[in-house]
Amino acid sequence: MSASLSNEEIGRYSRHLIMPEVGMDGQLKLKNAKVLLIGTGGLGAPVAMYLAAAGVGKLGLVDFDTVDVSNLQRQIIHGTKDIGKKKVDSAEETMKDINPFIEIVKYDVPLTSANALEILRGYDVVADGTDNFPTRFLVNDACVLLGIPNVYASIFRFEGQATVFCKDDGPCYRCLYPEPPPPGLVPSCAEGGVLGILPGVVGLIQATEVIKLILGEGQPLKGRLMLYDALAMKFRELKIRRNPECQGKCTVVKELIDYQQFCGVPHQEAPLPPPVASTDIAPQEVKQLIDSGANFVLVDVREPHEYQICKIDKAKLIPLGDLPKRLDELDKNADIVMHCKMGGRSAKACDLLRASGFTRVRNMTGGILAWADKVDPTVPKY
Amino acid sequence: MPKIMIPTPLRQFADKKDAMEVRGTTVGEALAELTAAHPDMKKNLFTDEGKLRSFVNVYVNDEDIRFLEKDKTPVAAGDTISIVPSIAGGI
Repeated sequence: MSASLSNEEIGRYSRHLIMPEVGMDGQLKLKNAKVLLIGTGGLGAPVAMYLAAAGVGKLGLVDFDTVDVSNLQRQIIHGTKDIGKKKVDSAEETMKDINPFIEIVKYDVPLTSANALEILRGYDVVADGTDNFPTRFLVNDACVLLGIPNVYASIFRFEGQATVFCKDDGPCYRCLYPEPPPPGLVPSCAEGGVLGILPGVVGLIQATEVIKLILGEGQPLKGRLMLYDALAMKFRELKIRRNPECQGKCTVVKELIDYQQFCGVPHQEAPLPPPVASTDIAPQEVKQLIDSGANFVLVDVREPHEYQICKIDKAKLIPLGDLPKRLDELDKNADIVMHCKMGGRSAKACDLLRASGFTRVRNMTGGILAWADKVDPTVPKY
Repeated sequence: MPKIMIPTPLRQFADKKDAMEVRGTTVGEALAELTAAHPDMKKNLFTDEGKLRSFVNVYVNDEDIRFLEKDKTPVAAGDTISIVPSIAGGI
């Protein structure tokens, strides 16, 4: 426990110290606070930078990812020079530059049921900024079991949600959503995209709530779900009620479980090889078909804005969502190859065509990204 | 008329609309109007048995219908029905 600030720290935090809501007592609370950030991506980046600047004494970072160029549109804690570095190392460098008076603890591992309690134990507040349902439920359950408030936020395209779970008698994530969606029904940011500024706004709601919890000031965002719509520039607030069966004590979370299984996703440790169906065709073979002048139709089922980024010249654009209405544009007996960005949507498109009586339909494996890798390196990857 | 707010992930199933006015006098009727107008929305909101999916919450104004009268919750002119699916994105 630090009982005082050095003269250098007093100078640094002077704008806090002159506010009665923070003052010396509050700044010492920040200095003695321990906050764990799960993820140092879109949400984690602004949270980590502002909490470092505010003087939160110990900041834990959980992330096993490395910095990729496509992160830099929003993950402002990382820079161009950091591409390829471990995210925890890159984040630490930025945070230490902002404020050398704080301690940073790096966990360069995936958070799992085996290590979550050990990693979370001892922290005062957790800020969840992960990108998948299994980890969301894992973080929630570990916070419930350990009694640690969980400052939650999630984002999609230009919309965000934020709240504080597990604070005193408040609700938890399972009170809001008892079960995860089946895989594939809710797209991730990698599939659906995200406005780069969005995690900045939503992450700073998280950071604000973390600071308020530490200071014990104001009304925490407990039992309230804040919805933010960047396009409409509107904030709305909805009530989150605690599960009536859990008054006093949680009756749902007993121990950590297998969250991959709970969320219906295959284990990451042992990914199943993609089935090589006779209905698949490699990008190189598609190229051979084109070069040989073979009579076939190549259909791109991506969205028009993706088609603008890059395309295969021969391809006809029919977005997956429009396909059911536009089947009459295709010949049921023709040779058809479907493609998308990575192969997922075009596989669905193939199923749809087959169900509609098309017989000679194939899916280009790996989509246009694989085409860029294996056939035409001038095609940009996005 | 009550208004249904359509969240970003579901707008692709509703001709990109962000809201729709409905005539129904209960949440159940209002959602039935929405899915009748936009059939693709149905499987995203309801299970095959017609139950609201457990990762989709519906609110009348700021209150969760699970704590009101569920799909029988009355709605009137000026009420806002919000559909709030869980999203997990963060990076």
